[in-house]
Parts: sequence; C-alpha cells; structure tokens
Amino acid sequence: MTIDINPELYAQVPDAHGRFGVYGGKFVAETLMAALSELEDLYNELKDDPAFLREFDLDLAHYVGRPSPLYEAARWSDMIGGARIFLKREDLNHTGAHKINNTIGQGLLAKYMGKKRVIAETGAGQHGVASATVAARLGLECHVFMGEEDVRRQALNVYRMKLLGAEVIPVSSGSKTLKDAMNEALRDWVTNVDDTFYIIGTVAGPHPYPMLVRDFQSVIGREARSQSLAMTGKLPDALVACVGGGSNAIGLFHPFLGDNDVAMYGVEAGGKGVETGEHAAVLSAGTPGVLHGNRTYLMQDDNGQIIEAHSISAGLDYPGVGPEHSWLKDIGRVNYVSATDTEALAAFHRVTRVEGIMPALETAHALAYAEKLAAEMTPDQHMIINLSGRGDKDILTVAEIDGIDLGAL
Amino acid sequence: MSRLGPVFQRLRDESRRAVIPYLVAGDPNEGLTVPLMHSLVEAGADVIEVGVPFSDPMSEGPTIQKGHERALAGGTSLNSTLALIAEFRQTDTETPLILMGYANPLERKGYAAVADACAEAGVDGLITVDLPPEEVAVMNAELQRHSIDNIFLISPTTTEDRVITITEQASGFIYYVALKGVTGAGHLDTEAVEAHLAIIRQYTDLPVAVGFGIKDAQTAARVAVCADAVVVGSALVDEIAADFSEHQNDARAIAIGASLISSIRQGVNLATSN
Repeated sequence: MTIDINPELYAQVPDAHGRFGVYGGKFVAETLMAALSELEDLYNELKDDPAFLREFDLDLAHYVGRPSPLYEAARWSDMIGGARIFLKREDLNHTGAHKINNTIGQGLLAKYMGKKRVIAETGAGQHGVASATVAARLGLECHVFMGEEDVRRQALNVYRMKLLGAEVIPVSSGSKTLKDAMNEALRDWVTNVDDTFYIIGTVAGPHPYPMLVRDFQSVIGREARSQSLAMTGKLPDALVACVGGGSNAIGLFHPFLGDNDVAMYGVEAGGKGVETGEHAAVLSAGTPGVLHGNRTYLMQDDNGQIIEAHSISAGLDYPGVGPEHSWLKDIGRVNYVSATDTEALAAFHRVTRVEGIMPALETAHALAYAEKLAAEMTPDQHMIINLSGRGDKDILTVAEIDGIDLGAL
Repeated sequence: MSRLGPVFQRLRDESRRAVIPYLVAGDPNEGLTVPLMHSLVEAGADVIEVGVPFSDPMSEGPTIQKGHERALAGGTSLNSTLALIAEFRQTDTETPLILMGYANPLERKGYAAVADACAEAGVDGLITVDLPPEEVAVMNAELQRHSIDNIFLISPTTTEDRVITITEQASGFIYYVALKGVTGAGHLDTEAVEAHLAIIRQYTDLPVAVGFGIKDAQTAARVAVCADAVVVGSALVDEIAADFSEHQNDARAIAIGASLISSIRQGVNLATSN
C-alpha cells in the first residue's frame, strides 16, 4: 500500500495544546493543571538536553539491555508461505516487555522533579512491574493501582510488584479493570499532587503524556529501522503491533510514519468478536469522546457512558486508545484491525511451538493478524512485528482456558 | 437567561450567603429527585447543583462515586437529568439550577444540542470538572447563545496567572475547590481557603462559592465567613443514601436530606449575622 501524506506532518503533532488534529488535549480537573504545566515545561527543556538523553540512553543500554534484537522468524515464515517475518524482541528487555522503556524515562523525570513518590495504573501488570522496578532502583515509594479482576488474572505480576517493594492497591469500582485503575490513580494524584509523580503507562492521558510516552518508546522504531536496513538492505513493507492504549505500536510506528511505502497495522483486541459487542476494538468500532484527560476514540453508549471492554488479555482491556492513534486512523496512515481471543490464543500456541518464543497474550493479537497478512504478501517482502512482551505472566490464564490442571501435570 | 446573577445580587444586598446542595440526578432513584429538590429549597437552599451521572467520575470520592453508580443502575443519564430539571421547573421557576458533571456525556450529545436542551429545561449554569479553560471554549460559545453561565473551578494549586485567565472568562460565580483531592475528602483548612479567596477577589467581583470538605453546619459556618456560598455534596449524598438503603422510603430519605440542609442554613446564618 502506498499513501501520499506529507512526511513533515508527523513532526508537527502534538501542537502547543497537546492536540493531534482534534484529539488529545488536557481534559482534567483544575487541580492537576499546574502539575501538567510543570511536567510539560520540564520535558520541553530536557527532551533535547544532551545530558538527559545520555542518561536515558545509558540506562536503556546497561539496565534494560538495548538494543533489542530484530529476529527473523524463518520457520514460522516458511510455514505461512508469504512475506519474511521479523520480530522486534521487546520481550528480551529487563522485566520482559516494552513498558520499561517508558518507565525509565518517566523515572528520570520524577528524579529531576525531586518527587519522592510515584504512582502507576496497570492492567496486565507489565507497566506496574516496570514502574515498581524503576522505583526500587531510584529509591522511590511506589503505589500501583490495579483492577480487582486484573489482580486475579495476573497474580504472578502482583507478587513481582510486591517483591520489588511496591504497594498494589486493588480497585473495586466500575468494571474493576484498567480504566478503573486509571480513575483511581488520577484520584490519588489530585490528592497528593505536591509530592507525587504519576507514571502513565501508555500513550493516553492528558498532554504531555501521550507525547512523552511516544518519545520514550520510539527507541523501538528507531532501532528497528536501522536493523531492517542492515539485515535486508531496505525498509520493511509492513509493520504490525497490538494496540490497547497503543504505546508499543506508536513506539514501533512513529519513526516510520514519514516513510509512505511502509504499511502499518495496529491490531486491537476483538474479544469474542467485534460483532458481539464484547471486545476492546476501540478504533474499529468506537466513537470519539473524552476520557482520562484526552479526546480520543472510546467505547461508549449513546448517553456517553463508557462501556466495559472485553479481552482475553488484561493489557488490551481498555475502552480508550491513545489520541495519536485516533488521529492516525482518521488521516488513514495506519490501518486498525482486530484479532479475536480465539485467534490470539491459536497464534500464542503456534509461535511458542514453532519459534520457541512464548509471547504475551497482548502480543499474540499482533501475531494472529500478521499470519493472515504475511500469507497475502510475497517472499521478497518483509514485515516487522513488535514482539512487545513475553508470555510467562499469562501461563495461568492459558492453562485455565485450555482446561489444564497444573497440579495434575 | 441565567437566574444566578439576580439571586446572588439579592443575597449580597441582604448580606446573606448562599447554601448550595449537590445531589446526583436519579440517586437513589429517579422518583426521589424532584421532590428532594423542592424540599431542599424549602429547607433553605438558594441554588441546587445537579450531578449528571457518569460511568467514570474521576474527581469524586467513594461517596459520590456510589451515587453515580446507583443512578446509572436506574438508567439515569444526561437526557433524563434534563427531563427531571424540566419537571422541577413546572413548579419552581425561581431557584437557579446548575448541572455538574464530566465532559463525555456532553461531547456525545454535542455542545450545541446541550446548550439548547439546557435552555429549554431551565438550567442556569454548568460545571464540567474536566473542561478547564483550555478546553471549554467551544462549549462556552454555545452556552453564551442562551446566556447560560459556565462556572469555572479554581483550586489550591491554581497559579495567580491562571486565576486571571479564569476570572476573565467566568460568569455566574467562581467555584473554589477547598482542598487538593476528591469530593468528600480530608479536613478543611479555613485559613488557607480565606487566603486563596482574597487572591481570587483581587481579580473578580463575581461571587465565590466554596466546596469539597464541607460536611456539616460547623464547617459550613467557618467557610461562610469568607465565602459567598457553601456547597454541600458528599455529606448530603451519604445521609440520603444511608437512610434510603435502610428504610427504602423516599419521603423519609428526603426529610433527612432537608434536615441536613436546614441545619447548615442555620449555621451559615448564625455565623454571618452580626
């Protein structure tokens, strides 16, 4: 697919109001406006500061283990019989997912601001673990808000956070998942705004969060770009990433946005099927609205009440999406598609068995769509899939679905 | 045309302070809301804030969150809230009514349609928690077509520069959020409130209402010394809900709510009469 968009467009968003087209912005209570301005000013000062960038890069190299490899999944590609498939191995990062790229960056910002306490919301627990990890390393108090339902689904990550010294606060309001954890984190922040830094885990929330999380995650796409050139002599024909809030997708996509020949696919959670209403395919089936500080596509009813999202994967179970994705959908730069619970689970098993790589269930959605896409492409083409996280945390969920009694093995 | 200006002018002429109760429309059931509003007026309420139920009320503490959940469970939303207001207006055309809520239900309906519907139902002003001055311009232009007030919030963290920006755009009154936190939280530092109100009054002659943390006649009385109005939310929602949950009786729960507002009215009058 070739599209015709002025490449310079992407460097111009967000604007000074934090808007990506009509999306984004700062829809928060007045009490938080001063804290957001302070963060915005500091970030604008630091984002081109060589000392800050050096510190960030060193942490990514020596603590996270970057660059992450670009691995050619040759056996899986051959099985499908189409495009060559490369996996960007974010699962090999410290703590096992892309989330740490962002928490390293925001942790540094918290340190520069002299904050003693950090809070975070988490769905699958990967962002909670990545936040607790950074807090442990920087000696900061850390409170992680997590929906009660997710605490149950992701017991291993809950215990990891506790081992790291974080307090995990189960959230019992609303749907008891990621959206409610974010509400509760915002309530905590408004109460403790003087000494607390809120580490938002995805490219959502009020400005400047969608911008700074994107910038911190863009290391994924920058590396993938040069790795692709080194390994194949050209840019990829397609990029594929799963989209919940959308941080791993924007991280991979952003450095390629100006390359109009690179097609992009954001794969949302189709749950039980988009037609059933029980899904988290916000961009495929939602409508624009305002939630958690920004204007973006949402799952909502005719009265503007937010509808609960459904997905096998806790990390994609969110009724909103980052505002930049909403904009990229409207201008047609990225294709937003979906994969169901069943398709994701099948891809999880297939890639585990064929490549010896066990992906997170979130990532498995991208793999499921990529299988279909690769089959329609030719062997002289290649695609990069963001292998955004490892699947260890999901083993209990998979065993439960497959009807396996771990005690009886 | 907003009733807020004339009502606050009359109160000012009489050296009285306004008592503003907050309730969630449809909490604990829709049938109770309009009779409750009338009873609150009889008990001494000068203005009523009507909360529009929302699935994700991010600035509310547990008490009002539950109020939103109960109202949503009964099917109350923006349109039904406006219908309740129209019903109230059939017998009370005097008491100013304010809608308080969150941006998304308004976005969904569309700001022009919201303004038209508010004017038709008899709404005098809107407070939208997550529409700070940076984001409110579109809605404000629509409200101004009908002379409906947009009530801005100012908080303890609002800088003096922002106070200037906000007061330049404000009408009706200013709502000062007395503490950093969610509704129903913490204890009130009246000295700090007084200091912040002094800054706000340097830039505007609009009345200043104070809310968040006012629980009873005592706290209301302390705030009334420096404020033009006191807002009582969580305490009212809590007392009505607790009584209704125990007795399942609308009239009883309404009487409990009215008696709280009546005692706050007396506390405020006592503190400000000299």
